[in-house]
Amino acid sequence: MGVRPVAISVDSPAESQDLCRKAGYTYTLLSDPDAEVIRRYDLLHKGAGVRGHDIARPAEFLLDSSGVIRWVNLTGDLRIRARPDQMLAAAKSL
Amino acid sequence: MPEDSAATNGKPRNWPLWSGFVLSLFALVSYPSLFARYPVTRDVPWVNFLLFALALVLLFVGLRRAFAPSALYRGKVAGPILAALSVAALAFFCLIVFYFGKNLPAASQAPRVGQKAPDFTLTDANGSTVSLAALLSTSAPAHPSKGVLLIFYRGYW
Repeated sequence: MGVRPVAISVDSPAESQDLCRKAGYTYTLLSDPDAEVIRRYDLLHKGAGVRGHDIARPAEFLLDSSGVIRWVNLTGDLRIRARPDQMLAAAKSL
Repeated sequence: MPEDSAATNGKPRNWPLWSGFVLSLFALVSYPSLFARYPVTRDVPWVNFLLFALALVLLFVGLRRAFAPSALYRGKVAGPILAALSVAALAFFCLIVFYFGKNLPAASQAPRVGQKAPDFTLTDANGSTVSLAALLSTSAPAHPSKGVLLIFYRGYW
């Protein structure tokens, strides 16, 4: 498809590596342990993590090759994730 | 004189009570462990609600048997306790489905469509430093990069 998935969370590189190994992910997982980038994107979910840590609320942003945002998904419900077909439709329009 | 068989009076076990209770527990734990993996059973957890409904029917049948005037079945003490626990399981399940998932901050200042995504530099799973600019310009082996899908997730998986 040509679109590169990049996942970001407060997990440390070690935890992300563990996740990649267990789930067989091949795409890029980035660590934002102080939630600095999460804050920059206004996605902070204070105290929602295990032991009360600040984490990200789920969100997806589709960027074109110049870094402009073309599609955003901010779910209102943790359980309901963006469907692959929604993302694909957005990616096709790039 | 042995007391245990006298206490049960030789009455048959009230299986609807116990199976209803076990089913309600299964209805609760099967959501995060099984049905939540598939959008068709996760977004609206109809399977779990069906299981709870079946559990409550069984419990109702069991309670009726336990308190029937003919006193054929056991369960006058266990029955109300199991029923209460099952209702508590259902209440907790409803809390998970209708409240905990929705309690998300608004993210009103999050970047919108048409805006340039804020730049960043973070560490990947192998310990290397990666910037957004680098991600946007890197070519996949055969195709030039059409773009990047940033996926922010809760972590702690």
